Amino acid sequence: MARNSIIGVFAKSPIKPLEKHIKLVVKCSNQLIPFFTACYEQNWSEAAKVRRKLSKLEQDADSLKRQLRLELPGGLFMPVDRADLLELLTQQDKIANRAKDIAGRVLGRKLEIPASLQEQFSKYLARCIDATEKAAEAINELDDLLETGFRGREVVLVEKMINQLDEIEDDTDDMQIILRKDLLALERELNPVDVMFLYQIIDWVGDLADLAERVGARLEILLARK
Amino acid sequence: MEILLNSGYTLVIIAAVVGLFMAWGIGANDVANAMGTSVGSKALTIKQAIIIAMVFEFAGAYLAGGEVTSTIRKGIIDASFFIDSPELLVFGMISALFAAATWLLIASALGWPVSTTHSIVGAIVGFAAVGVSPDAVEWSKVGGIVGSWVITPLISGVIAFIIFNSAQKLIFDTDKPLQQAKRWVPLYMFLAGFVLALVTIKKGLKHIDLHIGTADGFIYAVITAVIVAIIGKVFINRLKFDESAALKTHYANVEKVFAVLMIVTACCMAFAHGSNDVANAIGPLAAVVSIVDNGGQIAAKSAIAWWILPLGGFGIVAGLAIFGHKVMATIGQGITHLTPSRGFAAELAAACTVVIASGAGLPISTTQTLVGAVLGVGMARGIAAINLGVVRNIVVSWVITLPIGAGLSILFFWMMQAVFT
Repeated sequence: MARNSIIGVFAKSPIKPLEKHIKLVVKCSNQLIPFFTACYEQNWSEAAKVRRKLSKLEQDADSLKRQLRLELPGGLFMPVDRADLLELLTQQDKIANRAKDIAGRVLGRKLEIPASLQEQFSKYLARCIDATEKAAEAINELDDLLETGFRGREVVLVEKMINQLDEIEDDTDDMQIILRKDLLALERELNPVDVMFLYQIIDWVGDLADLAERVGARLEILLARK
Repeated sequence: MEILLNSGYTLVIIAAVVGLFMAWGIGANDVANAMGTSVGSKALTIKQAIIIAMVFEFAGAYLAGGEVTSTIRKGIIDASFFIDSPELLVFGMISALFAAATWLLIASALGWPVSTTHSIVGAIVGFAAVGVSPDAVEWSKVGGIVGSWVITPLISGVIAFIIFNSAQKLIFDTDKPLQQAKRWVPLYMFLAGFVLALVTIKKGLKHIDLHIGTADGFIYAVITAVIVAIIGKVFINRLKFDESAALKTHYANVEKVFAVLMIVTACCMAFAHGSNDVANAIGPLAAVVSIVDNGGQIAAKSAIAWWILPLGGFGIVAGLAIFGHKVMATIGQGITHLTPSRGFAAELAAACTVVIASGAGLPISTTQTLVGAVLGVGMARGIAAINLGVVRNIVVSWVITLPIGAGLSILFFWMMQAVFT
């Protein structure tokens, strides 16, 4: 009955699930902080425990992503483009995937971050996670954007957030350059294979901020379309 | 002719019983659509919705249902065609009622969206065109009615778009949306009260023998609207706002103001629905009663018998009281991202359109008008997701309902002819 009554006309909103998804993603990437703390202490059992938690969050985000895709069939009339929305979701999900990759790779090789790099690395990691949090903050404005019909002050506010996100990402780029330079100086003392993987991990952590920036970019496109 | 003199009252009673059943069906089923957005956006509880619907459906049916009832009674069929055989018109009207009621019953059981307006109009045209003669139908009027089915959802969509955008400009896209909401929401209440009061006074009241002049009517409408706005303002001032929510966003509190507005528009919606849809149940009954009362004379000018409009209103209320709760409960569950500020724009636009159509004597579909309004808000980017599949179902239902209503009514018409002659 409800299916065909007037209430059936209102389909399930994708906005709340999308916000929930990015919350999960941020929670997932946040696990990297305790994860690396455990790694510094070479407490690998603790690190494995954190990785399991992280992996579980990534799976939750994955299943939420699938569910949301299924709930967005073609016959919906929405204030934003469906393709843009799905693309945004994909970008969000990539952040969690990357976090899981990082944890998996580090734990798999029991990769040690050289003690002299640890402080710098922690700051870098925290800044990259800041970027994901900023992205989540912007995504969380979607329900207010809906309230205002995707225009006016609310759009300006979100654009400001996206700009801040870009700035954070710039920061992480600078930090990455310094970190690489410091690692270069240490290279001779370390196992060459470990060095290769350290570069890769630095790259991947940077990806968190890159992907967060891309979430912001997709959100901007979503707002600009109509 | 003789049949009317011999068993006239039997026929009236049959028509009254079926008409009452039809009204009951409208109350049980159709009202849920009129009230659905209010319940869906949580502005009203199910119980409140039913109480509001009972009062305002009855008021709408009684105070403003006369014009559409007249159209159903004598606007679709060329009465001069039946002067020599008024019993055919009586049979036909009863068949049309039977047909529409049967279809309402079947469609409800199967869970299909059904428009009682379309089924009754289809049924009346059906028996007249096929059972009697194509010339017996006032095709130009029917054309106008069918045209209105296309135009009214469009109009209400445009109005909803404008109302929603005005609310965005005046309230949402400002520095202090909550203060703006407190200031402007009573204006929307005024607008709602004004349109309803004006149409009722100018078009509805003459059917219950109350005549008010144009200027007076205008003044009364303004007075009514001001009273509505003041009462609304009082309720808004008594609202308690959650300050902690206001730090993050003003909109949660703004929506509370709109929830008060939505109670007003829900009343309007129930009133509008009653005024338009009561005719589907009692229009044919009114035709039967007027013919039988006049001993077979088809009086062009006679008024609607005094007891018919309240009977229809009573039927709707009875349907609501008995089944409304169950139907509303299904609506209450399928809840979506529908906030009062959107629901109000759609409801106000639909209610104004329907009540103006009622004043003009046009039988239109409340549900479709409301769907048009919802799409209007959607065009203004106000609704998270509209299920176009369901919209299509609702549109298809009126296309299908017409031939089915017509077919059933032709069948019943032949059966009645066989039984009574």
